[in-house]
Amino acid sequence: MQLTIKYFGMLTEATKHTEERMHTNTCSVLELVEKLKNQYPELKDKDFKVAVNHQLVSDDYLINNEAEIALLPPFAGG
Amino acid sequence: MSQIIKDNTEKKKLKNVFVEGAISPDFIGTSIAKHQIKTTIGAHNIFLGQVRADDIDGKRVAAIEYTAYQEMANQKFYEIREQAFEKFDLTCMHIYHSIGKVYAGEVCLFVFVSSSRRKVVFEALEYIVEAIKADVPVFGKEMFEDDSYQWKENN
Repeated sequence: MQLTIKYFGMLTEATKHTEERMHTNTCSVLELVEKLKNQYPELKDKDFKVAVNHQLVSDDYLINNEAEIALLPPFAGG
Repeated sequence: MSQIIKDNTEKKKLKNVFVEGAISPDFIGTSIAKHQIKTTIGAHNIFLGQVRADDIDGKRVAAIEYTAYQEMANQKFYEIREQAFEKFDLTCMHIYHSIGKVYAGEVCLFVFVSSSRRKVVFEALEYIVEAIKADVPVFGKEMFEDDSYQWKENN
C-alpha cells in the first residue's frame, strides 16, 4: 500500500524530511514506527505521537492504504 | 435574534485559526470593539499568550518560530470550540494562534470568550486554553539571541 508520511518540528531534522511517500505492506502503527526508526536512527531517542488521517492513534492501529501518517513531537502551542 | 442565529452558524464552520506572525494589540482592540453591538453579552474574558524572553543556560530567547500540522490543528481547534459551546453557556468565542516568527514580548495566542454572565467565561477560558496547550499540534522553536535554538515543549 501507499502512504504519505509527514514529519514535524524536531522530527524534520531527525529525518531530513517534511513529507514523503512510502510503499509498504499492510501494517500497524507500531510496525511502521519500527520501520521508520530503522530508516532514520535519529528517531530512536525522540518522543513523538502518531496521527493517522488527523487523529491520534495507538500502536496497534492498523493503517489503511493511502492513509496520511503524521509523526508529532511534543506540542508547544500557546 | 438574528445575532443569535449568526453565532450558531459561525461555530459550525471549520475555519483557519492561524495568523502569520504576532497578533497585534490593534487586532485585539478591534475584536473587542466588534462585540459592542452584541448587547446580550455581560462578560468577556480574554487570554493572551505572550512570548517570554526566558534565560536558558545563559542564553536569552529572542523569538519563537511556530509551525503546525495545520489541517489537524484546525480540526482540533474546531473540536475544542464545539466542546466549549456544549459545556458552557457562551454567546461567542474566538481563537487566533500565530504561525511563523513571534518575538519576545509579542502575543502568539488570543482566546476571547463572551457570555451573559462572568462565571461562565472564567471557567470556559481556562478550559479552552488548557485544551489548546494539550491537544493542538503546534510546534515551537525557541530562537536565542546568538541564532542557536531549541525546541519548546508544553508541560
